[in-house]
Parts: sequence; C-alpha cells; structure tokens
Amino acid sequence: MSLKEEKKNSIIEKSLLLFSKKGFYNTTIPDIAKAMSMSVGNMYNYFKSKEELAKFAIKYSTNILANDLREINQMEASSRDKVFLFTRKYLENVQKSPEVIEYFLRVYLSNREVFNKDCEGFLCVSEFVTEVMILLDEGAAKEEFRQQDFFPAFAMIMGALGGFAFLAGEKVLEKDISTYSDDVAENIYRALKYED
Amino acid sequence: MNSKIKKPKIVWLQAITCNGNTHSLLSANANRLKLFLDSFDLVYHPSLTTDILLDDLLKKEEDIDFLLVEGAITSNKEFFQISDQTTSEVLKKLVLKSKYLIAVGSCASYGGVHKKFEQNSDILGLEEALEKKDILSLIHPIVNLTGCPVHPEWIFQTLFSLKEYKQMSLDEKGRPKEIYSYLAHHGCTRNEYFEWKVEAKSFGLKEGCLFYGQGCRGPMTHSNCNKILWNDVNTKTRAGMPCIGCTEFDFPRNNMLETKKNIGIPDEVPLGVSKRAYLSLAGVAKTFKIDRLNEKIIK
Repeated sequence: MSLKEEKKNSIIEKSLLLFSKKGFYNTTIPDIAKAMSMSVGNMYNYFKSKEELAKFAIKYSTNILANDLREINQMEASSRDKVFLFTRKYLENVQKSPEVIEYFLRVYLSNREVFNKDCEGFLCVSEFVTEVMILLDEGAAKEEFRQQDFFPAFAMIMGALGGFAFLAGEKVLEKDISTYSDDVAENIYRALKYED
Repeated sequence: MNSKIKKPKIVWLQAITCNGNTHSLLSANANRLKLFLDSFDLVYHPSLTTDILLDDLLKKEEDIDFLLVEGAITSNKEFFQISDQTTSEVLKKLVLKSKYLIAVGSCASYGGVHKKFEQNSDILGLEEALEKKDILSLIHPIVNLTGCPVHPEWIFQTLFSLKEYKQMSLDEKGRPKEIYSYLAHHGCTRNEYFEWKVEAKSFGLKEGCLFYGQGCRGPMTHSNCNKILWNDVNTKTRAGMPCIGCTEFDFPRNNMLETKKNIGIPDEVPLGVSKRAYLSLAGVAKTFKIDRLNEKIIK
C-alpha cells in the first residue's frame, strides 16, 4: 500500500469515529482535518469532498469484512464451520470497532442520496459480496447448503448479522456480544442447510 | 520420367457411428472439398463408390498413408461387426498398414455418445482400443479430432498439415493445437452481452448471452467454431443455440442447455478464470443497465 493510501485509510478511520460520535451530517471536513492535525487544504489532497470520503469509507468498511471472509473462504473447512467462523469474526468486529459497522447501518443504508451516484447497487460493497457468493457457491456445490435463489440466501446471512449488530449498537444485549455468536451462526446455518 | 507425385492414400473406416462426420465432410465448402479430393487419393470410404472393397483392403499388403476412423470401437461381437469381424479386429489390421491414424469425431477420439451405452462396457475410442505396440507402429501419435460432428476444415487442415510438414503440434489430449487452442467463446457475436451480463430471454434471438441461462459451454470449450464458422456463415451460438461443448471429453453431458448454478452462482466459469475474478467483474457489470444492450439490435 502506498503512503497516500495509508494516509487515506487513517483519515477514514478517524472520520468513522467522528461520524459515530457527532453524526454523519454534523461532521464537517474541517472537523476531520482538526482531528487529524491536518490543514483543510491538505485534506482536499486526499478527498475532494465529504461525498467522496463517504464512498471510500464504505469500501474501506466492507473491505475489512471482505478480507476476513476471504481468509475464511480459503480455509480447508466445512461450509458449516465457515458460517460459524465468519459470524464470530463479524461480531468481534462489531465489538472492537463499532463505528465501522455503525457507519454501514446508519449512514450507508439510511442515506441513499449520498451514495446513489457512483455507489449504486453493489458497486461499493462488491468485494464483500463476492466473498459471500463464494461461500454460498462452495456450500451448495458440496451439498452442505440447499439450492435456492441468491438473494434470499444473501439476505439470510446479512439480515441476521446486521440485525444483531443493530441490537448491539442499541445496547440492549444482556450478555457480552461474543457469547451469542454460536446461536446466531446456528440460525443462519439451519436456514441455509441442505435437505434431502 | 514420371514427375507425377503420388497422392497420399486415405482410407476412411466407419466403426460404431451415426455417420455424422461423413455428412460433415461431404457438406464442406465445395472449393476446398475439390482441393482435398485433388490432393489426396481417397481409396476407400463406405459411403462412397470406390474401386476397392474393405475385404480387399484388409487382405492386401498395401500401405495406407492416412487412416481416418469415424466411430467408436468394440471387441464385443454380439453388438457390432463389420465384414464378420469386430471393429477392434478391423482397426488393428488397418493400423498396422498405416502411417498416420486420425480419430475423426468424438466417438473415435474417446467413445463419445456411444460410450454411454450401458449394456456394453467395451466401447472405446481409438487410443484405448489399441495396444501400445500397435500405436507405436504408426509414425506419429494418434490425432484426435474431437467434435460431434467434426468440422470438415479440421480434417482438411490436419491432412494438409501432415502431408506438408509430416507432423503436427498436439495438446495433452492429442488434438491439434492450431485448432483446439481457441475457445468456442472467441468470436461469438454475443460477446458484448457476455461482457455486460445481459441474458438472452430464449433461444434463437439475436440479443443476449446464452451463458447464464441456457447452458452455453462456449467459455469452457476448446474449438475454433466462432473463428472459422460452419458452412462459412454461422455457428450455434451466433444463431441463438448454446454451445454444447462437443469437443470436450465429457460430452455428452447431462442437463445440456441448462447452466448449473449453486445458489444462483454459475458452477463453472470461463476456463482459467478464478471464480473470485469472474464474480467481481460480473457484479460490477450487473450494476449498470446499458440501454442499447437491452433493446433489439434491429429496431
């Protein structure tokens, strides 16, 4: 990764923390610049606008999940195990960096007007979606998962995980989030699994 | 002084076959068929009138330059005989008199559709049917022209190449590299639809790609059909019929005309392309709706 890309990632990481604290619309480029100890002029060398930063931030957030899932996909393991492993990793991310998942749920999903140009459809989340496709493809090829349309299968995984991240964000969970991991994974697995 | 160069002798043997490769040969471009007949001496072909009979051929000491075999071979007398002998026996006798052996079509190459016949497990392509020592009596490895049927140009190209250069580069399955290094996908007129993932709504339409919905094997099949065309004018995929992968060794496959998917993801993607790479590109393509590609070509 080049120095410029590394710097861009640091800016995004800081921005996500600010968005989480102050809200997306309330955070300005000058706010982010100040938090990074950079001049506003220098900020514009990395991101031309807040909209551009927003789109990069989505790619950044989902690429973290994509990398985790790619590692799991490349393991020699059953598809059932992969579901459990990924669920655990996802909830770990929710616990460790809540601002990242929060950005996805509360900004990306809820403010389509920011993202409908240059981030339409799966465009900005494509690396992650590709890994989910590979997980499902392999599972069905091995007859661990049953045949169905792609979208219901996808929604099953992401709905369960995203919904749980939402609950964690609302602070309604009674126990530590990681203790729920196997239950969530079991539900996802049972929904997908092969039946004769 | 006799300056006439003797034309190489060709014998065409039919074993267990539908005759499709012969049909294909006789449907060749007229000019090239004439050139072929002028350049070679087609001594024997069961569908054509020739001076010599198969029995004579089997008894005579004469050398054959090119032995072309169409059809699968069996040593099971119950199922198939020619001239009161099994195809296996006839094949062996002719191979021992021949310099080059060419398997014309999929059945001769590996058994083809006839190999699927369950009541006789002894149905083989030429390579499997012959003993090693008989194959070694040839001056060149067996050339497998897979295809169902073979394209007549593949026969001509093979014979003229061997006549001129005495040898041909073959791939690991014994198929001429010059022909079988291409994919049926190369030159398909629907490539733009493949690129942008615009699926054909049914067979026979000018618009749309046949890969995702109609089981087109083009991107996974070695052949140059879409480069040289059939009858000089068209191909299956150009006409709106999916490629059925007839030059590959798993032909005929079950559930032809269907694309096997796993939860909506194609089970097989183009040769040599990783699934990750294919899905990434397909995902991006699917995001955009190109108006021109969703309209009729001729409005």
